[in-house]
Amino acid sequence: MHFTDREWWTLIHGMVFGAVFLLAFAGGLAELFSLRPGQLTARGVRERMVRLRIGTVAMAIAAWGTVITGTWIVYPWYRDPAPDSPKSTLLADPNTADWHEFGMEWKEHIAWLSPILATTVAFIVVYYGTNLIRHDRVRRTAMTLLVLSFVLAAVAGAFGAFITKAAPVS
Amino acid sequence: MSRDRLDSDATSTGDLEAPDKPEGPIVAAVLAAGVGCFAMGVFTTLGEASTSFADRLTWNEDVGPLSGKTGMTIIVWLVSWAVLYVIFRNRQTETRQALTISLVLMGLGVLLTFPTFFQLFAPSE
Repeated sequence: MHFTDREWWTLIHGMVFGAVFLLAFAGGLAELFSLRPGQLTARGVRERMVRLRIGTVAMAIAAWGTVITGTWIVYPWYRDPAPDSPKSTLLADPNTADWHEFGMEWKEHIAWLSPILATTVAFIVVYYGTNLIRHDRVRRTAMTLLVLSFVLAAVAGAFGAFITKAAPVS
Repeated sequence: MSRDRLDSDATSTGDLEAPDKPEGPIVAAVLAAGVGCFAMGVFTTLGEASTSFADRLTWNEDVGPLSGKTGMTIIVWLVSWAVLYVIFRNRQTETRQALTISLVLMGLGVLLTFPTFFQLFAPSE
């Protein structure tokens, strides 16, 4: 079993950062959802806030890691003008051209919205702390942005997986 | 009454040590997120509509115009966040209206990054 440098970077871009992002999202959403008065002890709230801070900050870092490695390391290999690059391969066949013209064109742009929203959620959690349990509208705002960040990343991630299947960077 | 019950009452009445903080900085962050998403959409569509603009966005030859689109988006997002923070930092505002405005901006941002939409503005060959 052997991976080239390029394959390692696509794994780091899609699977390492992607797995951390997914894990942090699931944990962050569950913690935010249950952060309601009457459901937790005061000690439980404090303990939960530590996990929530770590989770949302990790999610934001993972989101930034994904888009930065994707744009600045993997994408130049994808769009290389050489005839055997993934982009050239996809565009050479009318049956696969849409994977670039729609899939990649959307993925490369929409992916960058996700870390902006994840960072906003991390800021809200770190700044507001245990105030979140007293102000339901802020908690709901954080949850909405957290879910949107995940949905945007999921669109980009799904297209990334399909495009890699059709024309891998290798 | 059990210890847990007492603690539960404490949280339900807001008896945690943390002082109540103004929502202004959260309003600023939420609005700036919307501005950042909208900016990404604007740069994407402008880059498609104008070859010269796309050339100016090519900060790095290997990455192409995406380097400038993302770089400008980050600058616009962070600058708008800083400005909005100064405006809202001590205000006792509520996030609901900010979230609504931000969601509209995000929706526009997603639309402007949607290939079927922004390719409508591509110059005819």
